[in-house]
Amino acid sequence: MSMTDETSIPKRPSGFWSYANPVKFLGFSERVLPALWWLSGICLGVGLIWGFFFTPDDFRQGSTVKIIYLHVPSALMAINAWFMMLVASLIWIVRRHHVSALAAKAAAPVGVVMTLIALFTGAVWGQPMWGTWWAWDPRLTSFLILFLFYLGYMALWAAIDDPDTAADLTSVLCLVGSVFAVLSRYAVNFWNQGLHQGASLSLDKEENVADVFYFPLLVCIAGFVLIFLALVLYRTGTEIRLRRTRALQAREARV
Amino acid sequence: MKALLRRDLLLAMRAGGGFGLGLAFFLIVTVLVPFGVGPQSELLSRIAPGILWIGALLACLLSLDRLLALDWEDGTLDLLATSPLPLEAALSIKALAHWITTGLPLVLAAPVFGVLLSLPDAGYVWLVISLALGTPALSVIGTFGAALTVGVKRGGLLMSLLVLPLYVPTLIFGAEVARRGAEGMQTTTPLLMLAGITAGVIAIMPFASAAALRVNLR
Repeated sequence: MSMTDETSIPKRPSGFWSYANPVKFLGFSERVLPALWWLSGICLGVGLIWGFFFTPDDFRQGSTVKIIYLHVPSALMAINAWFMMLVASLIWIVRRHHVSALAAKAAAPVGVVMTLIALFTGAVWGQPMWGTWWAWDPRLTSFLILFLFYLGYMALWAAIDDPDTAADLTSVLCLVGSVFAVLSRYAVNFWNQGLHQGASLSLDKEENVADVFYFPLLVCIAGFVLIFLALVLYRTGTEIRLRRTRALQAREARV
Repeated sequence: MKALLRRDLLLAMRAGGGFGLGLAFFLIVTVLVPFGVGPQSELLSRIAPGILWIGALLACLLSLDRLLALDWEDGTLDLLATSPLPLEAALSIKALAHWITTGLPLVLAAPVFGVLLSLPDAGYVWLVISLALGTPALSVIGTFGAALTVGVKRGGLLMSLLVLPLYVPTLIFGAEVARRGAEGMQTTTPLLMLAGITAGVIAIMPFASAAALRVNLR
């Protein structure tokens, strides 16, 4: 019985799970972070400059098409940040690794900013193209709802003093919220037919934008993914240090 | 379980305002809307289904912070958590009691308020049906919000921020049933979706609520 063998000998976790150890996590993130900052900076710089200055104007949309280099990656990351929070919350609930809960906490403000960027650039693009800053289109509406979910999640973190209780409750909220966010997405689809165009990107390459826009866009997306990772690692490290400082202060106060 | 239900209902009635407050709030919302948008009856009859649904939703939300907070303060929740009755069942009963004291009166009173907003004749039946199907979901989801925030001092505003986004699907389908009914259109699809959401939520949410409450009682 290999199962019993493994559980009977308490061995140090190796591989992925070993980074649940805060010290090891901090060491890892300190080694990786400089590279991540540089890579994301290069990707964003190259992607945005390439996209803004070296691609042609669209024959119908003119130069407004270039907002795609901010809009699509930020929208993508807004959803993926929530997904990452969901996975981190699940890990916290199942395996009780503090780093995981703190990573979920650290990702929320980044996700909310991504949502705001997506909403704002969408409005700026929509004004000349659709003739309106805002329409109750399904995609726009569900993004606004996602924004509200982020706000509620962060407010719950801020409202509870005990860190473990806060981690537990926000994890439950994240799970329930995910179900309702998906439900709202389809409900909103049913409720109103939209103005928003279909996906600009897909893996099976059937409805992609033209290649001139496609490659700089990919570079931008890579930049957004990298900067998201860097920000989350950095903020998680800050949260770990903050908690350690609090623990030290509490010990000082007791003596 | 019956004893708990009876206790909650009695408390709601005798502590004042269980049945009355939610209804009065619903009435005030209904009265304020014409002041806000003007008294033209054709405009009012167009927005009546949505307004009545939003009014019901807000009235439901208003009474949520009393759902668990009082029992939390006097220690009843600790007793419930240690009793042989599973916490999930206890919370379902509490949600049921909340529905009987706020949701049910709203369902029964909605046609009267419909008159105030000159709801079209065809809409009354569908308004009542949609509210009857949808308000249980509001109570059950609200119980989850109450369980999450029961340990937070002055958690009322926070709870609104948490619960209202969760109400979106229910509101969309409920108001859609009422609107389509009022305009004499097919209501089957949104009606089925609304019923599905309510059934699913009743089946699943008590577990989430109990999980949240256990964390808070720890």
